[in-house]
Amino acid sequence: MDNLRLTAEEERMLGGQDGDGVALAMRVIVSLARVEAAPRLVEITSAHVDSCLYHGQVSLDFAHRLVDLGAKVRVPTTLNVGSMDLLHPGLIRTGTETEREIARSGRELMSAYVDLGCTPTWTCAPYQLPNRPGLGEHVAWAESNAIVFANSVLGARTDRYGDFLDICAAITGRAPYSGLQTIDARRGTVVFDCRSLGERFLRSDLAYPLLGHHVGSLVGSEIPVLVGIPEDVSEDDLKAFGAAAASAGGVAMFHVVGVTPEAPTGSLDHLPRHDIDLETMRITRRRLSTIASGGLDAVSVGTPHASYAECERLAQLLSHGRPLKLPFYLSTGRATRARAEETGVLRTIEAAGVTVVVDTCTYVTSILSPAWKNVMTNSGKWAHYAPGNINVDVVLGSLEECVASARAAQVVLEELGG
Amino acid sequence: MIAARTLHPGNASGEPVRLSAPLSFWGGTDKQGRIVDAHHPQCGTILTGRVLVMESGRGSSSASSVLAEQIRAHTAPAAIILARPDTIIALGALVAHELYGLATPVIVVERPGYDDLPTDRLLHIDADPLAATISW
Repeated sequence: MDNLRLTAEEERMLGGQDGDGVALAMRVIVSLARVEAAPRLVEITSAHVDSCLYHGQVSLDFAHRLVDLGAKVRVPTTLNVGSMDLLHPGLIRTGTETEREIARSGRELMSAYVDLGCTPTWTCAPYQLPNRPGLGEHVAWAESNAIVFANSVLGARTDRYGDFLDICAAITGRAPYSGLQTIDARRGTVVFDCRSLGERFLRSDLAYPLLGHHVGSLVGSEIPVLVGIPEDVSEDDLKAFGAAAASAGGVAMFHVVGVTPEAPTGSLDHLPRHDIDLETMRITRRRLSTIASGGLDAVSVGTPHASYAECERLAQLLSHGRPLKLPFYLSTGRATRARAEETGVLRTIEAAGVTVVVDTCTYVTSILSPAWKNVMTNSGKWAHYAPGNINVDVVLGSLEECVASARAAQVVLEELGG
Repeated sequence: MIAARTLHPGNASGEPVRLSAPLSFWGGTDKQGRIVDAHHPQCGTILTGRVLVMESGRGSSSASSVLAEQIRAHTAPAAIILARPDTIIALGALVAHELYGLATPVIVVERPGYDDLPTDRLLHIDADPLAATISW
């Protein structure tokens, strides 16, 4: 039944030689390796930890137990978003007792993960930071959009890790050798032919959250292979695709023929095939949006966190034209914000009235006013989760449509592919 | 009585509640152990203290935290029976056990055994680290 083999060093960690914190982390890794029937563990070179987002007392109890037992991460470890914007704490609402508890405990939790030796990056897009992992590197990343980006775009290997397991992998430097850590599990399983969508649509930023949501809804946790995507597609577009596919289904890896490093180069005839046309994309936009027209209360972009290129693009759109009439939020990482501050991009964005949120995101914590009901976003992931998380209606548009709608204070959409 | 595979050990008895669709604890259940996912066919059902029978979990890895939090607050199911292994659920049970000493068994019964579990009688789960049994 139990085929798991540990090295002598791993046995020592499990036995408590490196301290009780390491032993606890190793018990978690070993238990999960057994659930997955992994034959062994694999050494990882980095970790990205999502456990720093507060989900209740258990989040704090687990982090504090590890701190009290003296645990420290043994590989470079970045941190995902928390429940607070530590640079702009006034953005988080604290009107109710629950909101105050989340703000207080959320901050305490973020601090505990820094005490464990993690780097306070506070971003869901660690692939936008320097020193990201390369092709074939084993890592342990949590956060579904980061997982799918690492596997697909970087060619690094991570399985779907989440709460508790991510920090235990960072502390032990090990992950179960199973799932997408193994080469056999990384092959494409289903083809999506995008050629009939046309160059014009495929060069629009809106194409990628729509494609991601559509593909994710169809394939669940399979590995889609996209054909017909322009070879110069940007990392931001691949980010948007992966994030939407991971939230609509459970996609943890995809291939884009001619673009991503492990994409198949031979015949795809043996795989099931779907063709995607513009009508499907129109239907997908309607399905992802809970409203289609009318008045708007706010706009939120930057989920996953906006890259520097996306901040620049927003600054360009805002540098001319009418003023914004609606509250407009941009979520980004603090490192990207710092770069935008140096180059003047941040000044342009803020001068236009945009609120820049860092360290967290507008759909995981109390930032938007509860009085706002209709919100526009350029993110398939935000559109998928925000109605359930923060009780809003959503409409999905391109960045340009988001800006146009914020200027008009109502939904302004262009015909897709028109 | 049938044999099962242990994902997390423990002993429990309870009235079964069989879900017709997968459920994510995160976003799908509240602190009181009630299904709140509006798209779930059994929305409104209370899982607290019952033997949850469902094919697998679904979606977010934050479900581990939500399950562990429910075990801590004594609003979780008494036991969970799955048709296939689910690491996110197993992890929630494991962490609650490590932190609070509360053992919520999580076991796997592959088909066709899974389909044959009764829904109208108390189920007794006896799961040790190597093997588990379900009796009624």
